[in-house]
Amino acid sequence: MVDPQRAAITLAINGAEQHLEVDTRATLLDVLRERLDLIGAKKGCDHGQCGSCTVLIDGRRAKSCLALAVALDGSSITTVEGLADGDELHPLQAAFIDHDAFQCGYCTPGQICSAIGMLEEARAEGAELTPEAIRERMSGNICRCGAYPNIVAAIAEVAE
Amino acid sequence: MKPFAYERADETARAVSTVAGSHGHATFLGGGTNLVDLMKLGVATPERLVDVTRLPHAEITETKYGGLLIGAAVRNSDLAVHPLVRERYPVLSEAILAGASGQIRNMATIGGNLLQRTRCPYFQDVSKACNKRAPGSGCPARHGEHRELAIIGHSEHCVATHPSDMAVALAALGAEVHVHGGQGLWSIPLTDLHRLPGEMPQRDTILAPEDLITHVELPPLPLARNSRYRKVRDRASFAFALVSLAAAVEVDGGNVADCRIAFGGIAHKPWRARKAEETLRGRPATPDAFGAAADAELADARPLRDNGFKLLLARNLFVRVLTDLVDG
Amino acid sequence: MAEVATRAIGAPVRRIEGRAKVTGAARYAVEHDPGEVAYGWIVQAQVARGKITDIDDAEARSQPGVLHVLWHGNAPRLEEVSDAELAVFQEPRVAYRGQIVAAVVADNPEAAREAARLVRVKVHEEPHDVGLRADHPHLYKPDKVNPSFPSDTDKGDVDAALARAEVTIDHTYSTPAYHNNAMEPHATLARWDGDRLTVYDSNQGAAAHRAPLAKAFGLEPEQVRVLAEHVGGGFGSKGTPRPQMIVAAMLARISGRAVKLPVTRQQMFAFTGYRTPTIQRMRLGATGDGRITAIEHRVFEQTSQIREFAEQAATPTRVMYATDNLRTSHRLVRLDVPTPSWMRAPGECPGMYALESAIDELALAVGIDPIELRIRNDADAEPDSGKPFSSRNLVACLREGADRFGWADRDPRQRQRDGRWFIGSGVAASTYPAYQRDAEATARVQPDGSFRVGIAAADIGTGARTALTQIAADTLGVPVERVRVDIGDSALPRAGVAGGSMGTSSWGAAVAKACEALLAEMERGGSEAHADTKAEIEAKKDLARHAFGAQFAEVRVDGETGEIRVSRLLGVFAAGRIVNPVTARSQFIGGMTMGMGMALFEESVMDRRYGDYLNHDLAQYHVPANADVADIEVAWIEEDDPELNRIGTKGIGEIGIVGTAAAIANAVHHATGLRFRALPIHLDGLVGAGT
Repeated sequence: MVDPQRAAITLAINGAEQHLEVDTRATLLDVLRERLDLIGAKKGCDHGQCGSCTVLIDGRRAKSCLALAVALDGSSITTVEGLADGDELHPLQAAFIDHDAFQCGYCTPGQICSAIGMLEEARAEGAELTPEAIRERMSGNICRCGAYPNIVAAIAEVAE
Repeated sequence: MKPFAYERADETARAVSTVAGSHGHATFLGGGTNLVDLMKLGVATPERLVDVTRLPHAEITETKYGGLLIGAAVRNSDLAVHPLVRERYPVLSEAILAGASGQIRNMATIGGNLLQRTRCPYFQDVSKACNKRAPGSGCPARHGEHRELAIIGHSEHCVATHPSDMAVALAALGAEVHVHGGQGLWSIPLTDLHRLPGEMPQRDTILAPEDLITHVELPPLPLARNSRYRKVRDRASFAFALVSLAAAVEVDGGNVADCRIAFGGIAHKPWRARKAEETLRGRPATPDAFGAAADAELADARPLRDNGFKLLLARNLFVRVLTDLVDG
Repeated sequence: MAEVATRAIGAPVRRIEGRAKVTGAARYAVEHDPGEVAYGWIVQAQVARGKITDIDDAEARSQPGVLHVLWHGNAPRLEEVSDAELAVFQEPRVAYRGQIVAAVVADNPEAAREAARLVRVKVHEEPHDVGLRADHPHLYKPDKVNPSFPSDTDKGDVDAALARAEVTIDHTYSTPAYHNNAMEPHATLARWDGDRLTVYDSNQGAAAHRAPLAKAFGLEPEQVRVLAEHVGGGFGSKGTPRPQMIVAAMLARISGRAVKLPVTRQQMFAFTGYRTPTIQRMRLGATGDGRITAIEHRVFEQTSQIREFAEQAATPTRVMYATDNLRTSHRLVRLDVPTPSWMRAPGECPGMYALESAIDELALAVGIDPIELRIRNDADAEPDSGKPFSSRNLVACLREGADRFGWADRDPRQRQRDGRWFIGSGVAASTYPAYQRDAEATARVQPDGSFRVGIAAADIGTGARTALTQIAADTLGVPVERVRVDIGDSALPRAGVAGGSMGTSSWGAAVAKACEALLAEMERGGSEAHADTKAEIEAKKDLARHAFGAQFAEVRVDGETGEIRVSRLLGVFAAGRIVNPVTARSQFIGGMTMGMGMALFEESVMDRRYGDYLNHDLAQYHVPANADVADIEVAWIEEDDPELNRIGTKGIGEIGIVGTAAAIANAVHHATGLRFRALPIHLDGLVGAGT
């Protein structure tokens, strides 16, 4: 008998197809962290209030703690682990190091994934990314260490 | 989180009948940004989720009358940046972008946004009383911590506010909500969708559980090209409104020819300011007139012990936004 | 002792673990992969005071995947531990709402969460008292305040001086409870191998966490290993072991599996510490030309029924301004509340909000510029103890800050406007002690000529790993690339916690000494050396050692809506040698940002009927968001103070938050003419200030 509380899903994660049987209750965040050992996406609040769990779902930034994995069947997911090209860091990753845009590092993968999604959003809208605009657009990612000015500087450098 | 079955709906009628036949145990799943949150908290305990995000309600189309028909499964961010919305209904774009965060706006649907639940702290904590969550258990907010809660239209049973920004703009714009329900297809003005708490605060809206919002329709409204949303909150971004205001105004010869105004953050529903609108039509477009109109609207407000500041804030915000709109 | 020659020290070296953090490779506590694992979930008390009469776990245990439900009726007995918060499941008493009363372990996190929801806890509820007030009948004088200062001090004759003073200030300031809210919630992964226990824990000091854990389970310290290689912030709340560490070890023992036990964000508002609310009465006496003749600082705070924590909020007043008459006191009341604990600059942070607000009020009362008033009352010896300062550059910070901020152009008149916005600026001083604690370290040369240094230090985002690498590299005379510093492991040489802003001073001295010893050892053909700084610390002169600073804020207040925006913040600090200007700047900015949160946003709201902190998540407890931080500038005064430690550092982790709130509150007053003596300053009292 098929267990209605489990489901077989397929996700393309960082370019690799993953066939998984999941508890319907499992969030994408827990599947990434506990099933696939992709611990880059962080659990800071588990309620969409901090942004640490941000990944790209079908190219758009999203909070993986509020996304049920079962509802994402067929989606493609990019996590922070999928950004670098071999040893070559993604420009935002390099800029975060250069600008010291993190301290404890726990919000960092979410900040970087969010910034990638945000830059694409701004590009599609044709919006100008002033520092003020970056701050507003990045406000869904909380950094308790207070690295905001450096985060904005890192993003602004890549945006140019 | 209570175990539940999941199904992805591919046909609206089937989705509706599934929920209708579940005796209240099934519910629709949109973007999940509020429902999953509430399920983790134990506030929502559905046994079956019917995912409606893949139903064919994900388009934004222009109506033959020159309005917009917005599918309920459209994501908030897509609506906010839609060229026709930006051009014809800037207040709606601004309201959506003032809500939540970029990530959540990418996930949340239009239907889900309208049906999100209050962020009253007592409602969200199952260890505490709440008439909305557990009818009859009491309202600890009324005499407790209610700084962010309602000042108008509340009842002794509930002082919650509706958290949506988008709904405030839609209320001002006179949007119509299309429903595919157990009783067939019907529609109602958005301002009649949400209820005041009265004696049944457990019901946020007039919808039955199986009533699925399929579309939101915006009427053609030329004056909405001159419209604005302003939200006041405790930090500069990523917080719910203390008070917000959506307004559109048309001035002719120094007088208010027509206007559409709604408040957010002050009531159990988006608060369309009809008294203020009536007061203003044909009157001079001056700060004094705006203040008088706000006073007329807020005359029925009954602030609670710790949220009296919202009354003056609502008035000042009203005057400010209307004045800015008139000044261009 | 030899001076450390400088090359890497002072250079803008990028974080050693930067690449690991931006690629997601850095593993935090419960991200380690221990093989077959089970998941824990905590159940909390839902009354503020009472006695558990029964726990019905039948429904919870019937959930698929659930392995065990643990509570006081079936939990293993622990040995006595000094921190009663760690005596989990040892008795049926409930001392505060949110206390841990049961825990579930299951195959997967979904089952664990659901089972925890289904545990029914029956409690005989008793009346509770969770309200702090300055006239509480059960106020008492603690024997000492954190960590070991006298509760009260009294020098001269304060009453007589106040009676004689030409100008007096007498105001009461209050601060709410604040929660640390590090981004990584407290979390523990525990695994038993026979009678050996390994825990990966999110904490500020592996060694400090090992001892109580070993004691609780009746083990020798050598049987326990605590690892914390990467830690997602702490700000004090991870400085002492939290009960989830004990629970995780219990669940692992009983289930025979490795157990991951993350604390939820909501749970962090109960049992992982917070800053006590304070009520502070400040009385100042001064001459008409602004010379302070008397200061009295009386502090009222809360602690819990099961553990005393006395925040030393009046201690900065013992350090700051010259006066012959100085009285400070701390009074506590035990309430049915969660146990308060360390949060960034415990003592100095709330205490300096009160003192520096009162100083601003005094400046206005005597009509003297607030910077000039502070300079006029600068102390040449520590006011309370009379000890000489090793160095004190408060005045230099004030002057440098005034230049950078453009203070000379400031119009002292209030309520100046830019359209509907009021604009104002304010200043406040900062101070924080320069501590050093003894530590041990090892250093060895590898066959390939590179070096490896080990010390049980912690990098919770401070940049400690990087700073220690720089110190080691300079001592060894090699580039930083040739040195690897291992930290975050209790198996490494003993070191104190990342707390009290003393990491670099304490650990850095041990690292430098070990590296020095290694160089000597290598000359003798050896390859490894060990060092302990105990003796050199005991030999230090009896001086007052403190860092100082000056903070400037410019705020804009919307005269209609009352919205407050901090348009500029500037901090100038004199904190000894700065080892790494990049990470130091980040630390200062981070502290100031948290200080902005303290001033304007943050507040843990207690519902007195229920007895817990109501707004227990990040949507309701507002920490600053990116959009709140417009412009923060940081600078520092070069200090060469030979009386500190062999690195010459004073510590930078905490002073950044000290004074920010007062500077902002003073700026709000300058902008609007309204003085707020209770934090946070929400817009409620400012709506319509312009009309």
